[in-house]
Amino acid sequence: MRFVKDRLGAFLLALMLVLAGSAAHAAGLDEALEHFLIDDFGEVETGIGKVAASGDSRAAMVLEALKEDRLHYSPEKKSVYIKDKAGKLFSAATGQAAEGDTPADLAAVDTNNRLRGVIDAAIGGLSLLAPSPARRYESAQAVFKSRDEGVLPALDAALAKETDTRIKRAMNEARAAVILYSEGASEAERIDAVAAIRVRGDQEAVNALAGLPADTPPAIKNAARDAIAGIHSQLAVWTAAQNAWYGISLGSVLLLAAIGLAITFGVMGVINMAHGEMVMLGAYVTYIVQDLIRQHNPALFDYSLLMAVPLAFLVAGAIGILIEQGIIRFLYGRPLETLLATWGLSLVLQQAVRTAFGPTNKEVGNPSWMSGAFEVGHLTITYNRLWIVVFTLVVFVALLGLLRFTRLGLEMRAVTQNRSMAASMGIRTARVDALTFGLGSGIAGIAGVALSQIDNVSPNLGQSYIIDSFMVVVFGGVGNLWGTLVGAFTLGIANKFLEPYAGAVLAKIAILVIIILFIQKRPRGLFALKGRAVEA
Amino acid sequence: MAGHPLLRMLDRGALIFLAVLGVIAVLVPFLNLAFPPSSALHVPTYLVALFGKYLCYALLALSIDLIWGYCGILSLGHGAFFALGGYAMGMYLMRQIGTRGVYAHPELPDFMVFLNWPELPVFWYGFQHFPYALLMIVLVPGALAFVFGWFAFRSRVTGVYLSIITQAMTYALLLAFFRNDFGFGGNNGLTDFKDILGFNVQAQGTRAALFFVSCVALALGFLVCRALVTSKFGKVLVAVRDAEPRTRFLGYRAESYKLFVFTLSACMAGVAGALYVPQVGIINPSEFSPANSIEAVIWVAVGGRGTLIGPVIGALLVNYGKTTFTSGALAPYWLFVLGSLFILVTLLLPRGIVGTWRHWRAQRSAQASADRAATAAAEPAPRPAE
Repeated sequence: MRFVKDRLGAFLLALMLVLAGSAAHAAGLDEALEHFLIDDFGEVETGIGKVAASGDSRAAMVLEALKEDRLHYSPEKKSVYIKDKAGKLFSAATGQAAEGDTPADLAAVDTNNRLRGVIDAAIGGLSLLAPSPARRYESAQAVFKSRDEGVLPALDAALAKETDTRIKRAMNEARAAVILYSEGASEAERIDAVAAIRVRGDQEAVNALAGLPADTPPAIKNAARDAIAGIHSQLAVWTAAQNAWYGISLGSVLLLAAIGLAITFGVMGVINMAHGEMVMLGAYVTYIVQDLIRQHNPALFDYSLLMAVPLAFLVAGAIGILIEQGIIRFLYGRPLETLLATWGLSLVLQQAVRTAFGPTNKEVGNPSWMSGAFEVGHLTITYNRLWIVVFTLVVFVALLGLLRFTRLGLEMRAVTQNRSMAASMGIRTARVDALTFGLGSGIAGIAGVALSQIDNVSPNLGQSYIIDSFMVVVFGGVGNLWGTLVGAFTLGIANKFLEPYAGAVLAKIAILVIIILFIQKRPRGLFALKGRAVEA
Repeated sequence: MAGHPLLRMLDRGALIFLAVLGVIAVLVPFLNLAFPPSSALHVPTYLVALFGKYLCYALLALSIDLIWGYCGILSLGHGAFFALGGYAMGMYLMRQIGTRGVYAHPELPDFMVFLNWPELPVFWYGFQHFPYALLMIVLVPGALAFVFGWFAFRSRVTGVYLSIITQAMTYALLLAFFRNDFGFGGNNGLTDFKDILGFNVQAQGTRAALFFVSCVALALGFLVCRALVTSKFGKVLVAVRDAEPRTRFLGYRAESYKLFVFTLSACMAGVAGALYVPQVGIINPSEFSPANSIEAVIWVAVGGRGTLIGPVIGALLVNYGKTTFTSGALAPYWLFVLGSLFILVTLLLPRGIVGTWRHWRAQRSAQASADRAATAAAEPAPRPAE
């Protein structure tokens, strides 16, 4: 019996507490809203704090309305209204539509810039508990920037409930930022906060540490200064890493565009100004493949690039052989004429594509495995760039293997080194020429598949690569694939390291000037062929 | 071909060319100015400006022929010298606008006011004086060519390597001139010109005068080139073209010959650009684009390189074709025509129009003399006295 009585008592007590709690909540919002009835920024600020602290489900709505100047009040009726986007009035306290006529003395609750900051912080505190993880992460970041002390209770509550480690870390950092700026916290706490922020290690952390007010105790200021220096040196390393990555990425693009040219120009000595157009054709093959897949079997979209690679190789390679048979073989030994004829060819090909597909950019999509990015420390690496680097290296190794281990490769090297001797050994040099040119063009086509993922697929696609590609081949040394590799990555990385100092365009100009000077010094490039082929 | 240097220089072809040029130089402005627009004999002003533009292109083609046709230097960056000369002229014309610009600033061109430049950059000083601008028109392209050539020819960068780095040079300049902070009007370049030497650039009389001056410049350029290639100097140039190492072994400093002719050619291209700008009314960075330079090379190839007259004809023909094509319904097909021209000329007509004509004439006269010799041999020859 006593047991029952106790249970009943406990139940009643709990019930009372719940009722009291909800009453207190309602009272909290009501009481908070009363502050909006007085036209005074200080009162409004108190009101904002109380609304946020009320924990009421409508608090966020009230604050949003206030932020957008949709919160109105009527001193006569002593009530606060929310006007919705259509201009309809609702009672802020109950959420019901306002009864009767619009009060005559209805006025918007005034805010100013400072108050808007307070509102943002308050909303940030509220959304710390939002169901969506992205929202919670965002608001933790917002708190880190606003460092509003009023959010601290909400932040602590959110921290206790948070399970996602990434968000939890962001919240801890936000909490440290709040404490760092809190006058009330002890010196030890604030120095701990400095350490916590230092771990974050990005520009925001530097801003938080550098913005300490002048009257901060010196111990904390010193700790912050040390932390900033630490972050800066750490950031410098990350920036260098980021630049190196961008450079490798650019270098791989250059290598991809130039590697086919290294074959035709380097091995055969043929200046193919239409090389860029082979790249462009490869990109259009990708577009056609994706277009067909979209129409007939969208499920295969992720495999579109895998299908486009061999097709692009075949299409560009076949066109390359046609060009060799139709034009270039009549011009061997007249490199300047070859240059002009292939330039003309590039104009024709561009215009043909423009006529067939229109002058506008074509939409080429990323398959799912090529979109998105991941982070390594402070380094953001996108999948498409990563795959292009990998793909470039695969193509490079494959080409090296082909030259080294196949019969065609052997014949190609023989013809490069001594054409007449190779011919007298029974190598059909004309056939080798055609196949070599086809190979170079085919590789350009493959490059087009990869470049369609990061560049605009338009008839002008090839034009933007042709000068860079020639620079890479000439810089690296003609007739040497390793030279092309080193040349491409050197130019790519040098370009990206110059960019932060000089800007993108000046960096490019600087690189061009450096190459022009370099060619004066070493007219045959970094890795020059030695022997008779040089004077050929 | 032997005889007095002047006779050698002014052979029949050269005289005919100069005479035709002289007639055009007088006749076109005369027909434009003397007859009212209603008259059948009137040459419309827009045509005067158009053909004036072609004449500038012809001078550019001539300058390319001098180095390519006679010295084997294929420059794919000659558009850069053309554009530099054009910019020098453009800077003079900009300074002449004075307070008539949109912002009515007495000193700064509009784009500098727009970009909040506090004062005129140093490299714009002096361009309000025509003689100074004239000097720069020749000096700036010449100096660039001298420095560039000095490096390139001394380290024996030849053939396609040279072509590619000249292309890189004009590409670098293209990128540089596109920048606003470079001080040449960025993307928009220099335009809205008002006066040249106090005459309105748009006026009919000025256009006719510019046409006349373009003819004179072309004739002078032709004479200079002709004097050069018919001299002993020209013989060495051709020797460098055909066998550079052999020429060097014979004791000639090939690089000095190349450097001189390259610099001279760049100065000529600069003059062409300077005459071009007031006639078209604008100069912008796109003149630096490598495609323009290569297009100029094809004019030379079409007309026939190493002929001096050929490039002029080639420039006029190709550009006339371009204008008629791109102004009609066939505009999208112009690039097909231009591209095919590149291919067909190099494959089928490597000597160009004039070169093929001369070759054909030479063959025919050789044939004729061979025939004469044959008929002479067929007749019983008088027994030589013993």
